[in-house]
Formats: sequence, C-alpha cells, structure tokens
Amino acid sequence: MKIAFAASGETLEAALDSRFGRAAKFIVYDTEIDAFAVVDNVQNLNVAQGSGIQAAQTVSQSGAECLVARHCGPKAFRVLSAAGITVYHSAAPTVAAALEALKAGTLEPATSSDVEGHWV
Amino acid sequence: MIVAVASGKGGTGKTTVATNLARVCAAAGRATQYLDCDVEEPNGHIFLKPQITQRQDVTVEVPEVDASKCTACGACGRICQYSAIVCLQDQVLTFESLCHSCGGCWLVCPSGALRPKPLKIGEVESGTVGALDYVGGRLEIGHVRTPAMIGQVKTRIRPDALAIIDVPPGTSCPVVAALKGVDFVLLVTEPTPFGLNDLKLAVELVREMGLPFSVVINRDGIGNDETQAHCTAEKIDIVARLPDDRRIAQAYSSGHMIIDAIDEYAGHFRKLATAIGCLE
Repeated sequence: MKIAFAASGETLEAALDSRFGRAAKFIVYDTEIDAFAVVDNVQNLNVAQGSGIQAAQTVSQSGAECLVARHCGPKAFRVLSAAGITVYHSAAPTVAAALEALKAGTLEPATSSDVEGHWV
Repeated sequence: MIVAVASGKGGTGKTTVATNLARVCAAAGRATQYLDCDVEEPNGHIFLKPQITQRQDVTVEVPEVDASKCTACGACGRICQYSAIVCLQDQVLTFESLCHSCGGCWLVCPSGALRPKPLKIGEVESGTVGALDYVGGRLEIGHVRTPAMIGQVKTRIRPDALAIIDVPPGTSCPVVAALKGVDFVLLVTEPTPFGLNDLKLAVELVREMGLPFSVVINRDGIGNDETQAHCTAEKIDIVARLPDDRRIAQAYSSGHMIIDAIDEYAGHFRKLATAIGCLE
C-alpha cells in the first residue's frame, strides 16, 4: 500500500508540513517494498487559489491510498474523498513517526476536514 | 459624466464624500445617480436611506456536469487556471466559488458533458432618495466575483445623468473594475503616513489608467504636512479639504449626512461639485 505524507522535506526525518495544499513535498511511502518516492509540490506553492484541490489531485495521481497530513481543508478533503483516499490527521513530529503511528494503528481515519477553507 | 470617488486606504471618507456630493448635485437640479460599487461592504444606503423600488439577482455562469456524458478525459481540469474543476479517474468535481466564468471548460469538453448554468453571486438594488437615483450592489458572503458584481452595478449608469461611483478601497481588481470608463476620479485621503502611503498607490493606479483626478483631504488638521508636500511636489491638485470636525464624526456615527447635520457643508460640497465640473 502507498501512503502519502505532506512533508516539509525529502527524507523520513522531515517534519510533517503544517499545510497540505502548499506542503513543500509529498513523500509517498510504499509499505510493500519499504521504500519511498518524493513528489514535488512546487507548482502549487505560488498559485493564487485552489492549492489544496491541486495537491489532492497530485496525491491521487501518485497512487497513494491514504494521506497523512497535519491538516486538510474542506475542498481538498472533498477531492481526496472522491478519489477514495483515506485521510489521517497527525501531530507527529516527523514523517517516520507518523508512519510508525499509522502502522501501529493509533491514527483514526478522518471523517471531515479539520480546518476551515480559505476565502479564495 | 461619471465621477468615481476612490482611495487607496480604507476608511478615509469615500462614502462621506460620494453620498454628500451626489445629494447636493441632485438638489441643484442635475439628474444624478449614486452607485455603490463597494459591493463587499456597501454602506452608502446607511446614510442615503433610499426607497428601494427594485431588486435584481446577479448571476454568473459556472459549469454543470452531466455525468452520463463525461468520459473523464481531463481536458476541463487541464484548462482551468483556478482549480474550479478537477477530473479524477472516473469523475469530475466542480468548485463553483473558485470559478471565474471563463467558459474554457465547456468549450474544450469533447463529449458535451459540461454546460453553463447560472450561479447567484449577489443582488443589485435600485431606488431613489428624493431627486437622487440610488443603485447599490451587494455581493453574497463567500463569493469572490467582486469585479463581475461591480460590472453589473455599472450597467445601470444612465448616459443622461451625472453618475457618482462609490469605489471600494485599495488598488486591486475590484477598484480597477469600478474605475474603468469613468471621466474623473476623486481620491479621498487623510493626511497621515498611512493615508499618504496608500494615496501614492492610488495615484499610481489612476495615472496608469490615464484618468484625470484630484485629491480631497479629509480630516484635515490631523497627522502631518507630508501629504500636502507630496501633492505639491507631484503637482497633484487638492480640490477640497474637510476639516477634522467633531460634528462630522457625530453625524457619521448616527448615520446622518454632513449636509443635513451641519449647515455650511452643503455649500462646501456644491463648491467641490462645481470645481470638478459636476455643477455649473
């Protein structure tokens, strides 16, 4: 199974990014081979609006079945849900710690976004 | 003639100047309209207290998806620059509040699965205040189509009348939409460092748009002399000054117009109207 993490860097020691739509990178971890790929999100950092929507599409295209992020807004959540991606919110300090928490089963799937949308 | 009352900084007195100016022009016998284009935060009606005779919905076009025809080819999502429509593996999602109604998605859709549908973004209300015509736009909360809304308010401008436009503050797209096609701009400022900073931005904008303008200094007497010095150096005409008068603040805070509350001000506003060519 592939798991996407909204990360602020390119390694498993990177912190989870505080933002989803404008996260620096997505780390897509494949549990079957215990390896990960880094997906750039640079195209989204400067868009005027809809970064969460585009980021959700990026995650969907990466083949991930679930996403671990600090937070996720309503528009992104709608796209992720429609794409069949399970969202987990985590306050873990690093991607590695969030991965451990997910594997240990201590993360609950989110049923809705946990932050408000932006006005634009 | 179309006169816009604008400012860089908010709260400098645009509505005060626009409403009082419109009332004295109408009272002097000139066919006059007041148009509130500050559609995100309209407040001219609080002072003018118009009799509203007509309300009309303002709509824009957004895409509607016919899922039975959609092949999920993704063309719509690729052309949209605003993330208002996304195509997943087997479905299309739309985000109406992000749509700018460019029409690209329904033009590129090869299977006819997209068509435009109206989305209400606000209302335009019109009425009268004595001899003065009132038009006001109000954008619904959560919508971002401010320029479209302003454009709809401006379609009510009568060619035979003097139109006084109350412009939103700032120098961004809504301001440009409100200023487009006007004959003259009054830039209202206050003589403070904040007022001057934003006045400079507003001057830059109206010069870029090639619009003739003059400055009105409101709350004259507060702050410092830098606004005066800047206008002198830049050869900017200061056409009127409203003093920092406690009676004005009292009238404003009770929703009264200055020309009604303080005797001499109708004369001051008539003088301003004459100076910029609204009255003979």
